[in-house]
Amino acid sequence: MSTLKEVVAGTREIARAMGVTLKTLLTEPPVTVEYPDEPMAVYPRFRGRHELRRYENGLERCIGCCLCEAACPTGAIYVEAAENDPNNPVSPGERYAKVYEVNLLRCIFCGDCEAACPVEAIVLGHYIDLAGYERRDFILTKEDLLNPPVPNTVVRPDA
Amino acid sequence: MSLVLVAAIKSLVLILLLLTGFAYLTYYERKLLARFHVRLGPNRAGPFGLLQPVADAVKAIFKEEVVPNHVDRVVYLLAPALSLIPALVVFAVIPLAPDLTVFGYTISFTITDINVALLYILAITSVATYGVMLAGWSSNNNYALLGALRTASQMLSYELPLSLILVAVLLTTNIGRETGTLSLVAIVQQERPWWLWLWLWLAFPIVFICMLAESNRSPFDLPETENELIAGFQIEYGGIKFALFFMAEYISMIAGSALMASLFFGGWRGPLATPGTWYGPLVGFGWLFFKIVALLFLYIWVRASIPRIRYDQLLQFCWKFLTPLAILYLIATAIIVVFVP
Repeated sequence: MSTLKEVVAGTREIARAMGVTLKTLLTEPPVTVEYPDEPMAVYPRFRGRHELRRYENGLERCIGCCLCEAACPTGAIYVEAAENDPNNPVSPGERYAKVYEVNLLRCIFCGDCEAACPVEAIVLGHYIDLAGYERRDFILTKEDLLNPPVPNTVVRPDA
Repeated sequence: MSLVLVAAIKSLVLILLLLTGFAYLTYYERKLLARFHVRLGPNRAGPFGLLQPVADAVKAIFKEEVVPNHVDRVVYLLAPALSLIPALVVFAVIPLAPDLTVFGYTISFTITDINVALLYILAITSVATYGVMLAGWSSNNNYALLGALRTASQMLSYELPLSLILVAVLLTTNIGRETGTLSLVAIVQQERPWWLWLWLWLAFPIVFICMLAESNRSPFDLPETENELIAGFQIEYGGIKFALFFMAEYISMIAGSALMASLFFGGWRGPLATPGTWYGPLVGFGWLFFKIVALLFLYIWVRASIPRIRYDQLLQFCWKFLTPLAILYLIATAIIVVFVP
């Protein structure tokens, strides 16, 4: 008698489990993002590849203070500062970054450089296609940082 | 001579059909499982990923042929073939469509209509166990051996209730005729009253469970559990030798579905599949194909729904529940066959 009860209960449970999966099959569309073809959805504060920003008048924000270099826990940032030419300034401050390099192989995308920057020059953007063929490809020069690629991402609507 | 030639040509066509069927069964399974998991499944190779099986085949064939040093070479190489061949050979007795008569010559869509077909199938599926066992033994690997031992006891245990139910089905072939028959062609053609269909469908779940266990499918895929035995008996195999085991599993799935379709759902029979017409074989084959695909859907649906059970539960379920149930069913069928008509 108890066996019979067990069988009935077990059958009911199996039927319920199979019902759940069948319902999923029939009603739920796939959630897969076909990434290279479709943009990836990221949160607004997602930390991707670094960018150096400019002011609207075209002057670079970075004043070469090297705070980001000091804040970086892995030593991924290298900054070499130089004095601005007063007649033809690169940045609004006294100094600017002559060399600004980010080593993506060391970077852990913690965002401490953003937090340390007094002028909000260095930010972590939404670009995530960070593959390369050579180690050299992972050193971002100032040129790369000032001209960030357009990210293949969209900001999540539910964020 | 012509008898041999005709059978050879039929076999060749059937084997090609089955191998293609196997390739696209993997595609079907991967796509369906993906949808069960709310994923997309393979969609990169060709339109809708339809060339994925081709890509997989090319990959498996061009893999380096590795035979480890510690294996028993002859048996190790023999085992994959020994597990694939029985799966293919089962199809020799399954009627695929009604006979076609052209210019006074009758073409039968069964490779051979032998009068011990069911017995033959049971015998052949038992031989398939050897493939797995020899693979596990010759691999000289603890995991492989454990997987093979499990397979042996699992396949042999589940053969028992399966055979008992098949005996019950055989008894019902007595109804409405002078003698019963073991020939699948005759069983498919047999006219059954509606209550007999219902009675046989009662046994279908038991047979389906046994078939799951026979072809090592989830939730009875204990011989190849990934998390405790890595891959069980397949562990030392790679490339095309692994693909042969894979083929054996999937083709035995197809064969099991074809057998269940023939015994419980009328095989090729269905509306418009009239014997003696020119379109009958075509429609009949279509019906059988549809029934096999529907049963395969059931296999995959179960795989997507039910977790793997423990080994002692597996054997306990078989010996303490399924076998007595099958015996009861057999007795009840015998009583019905004797007293009802």
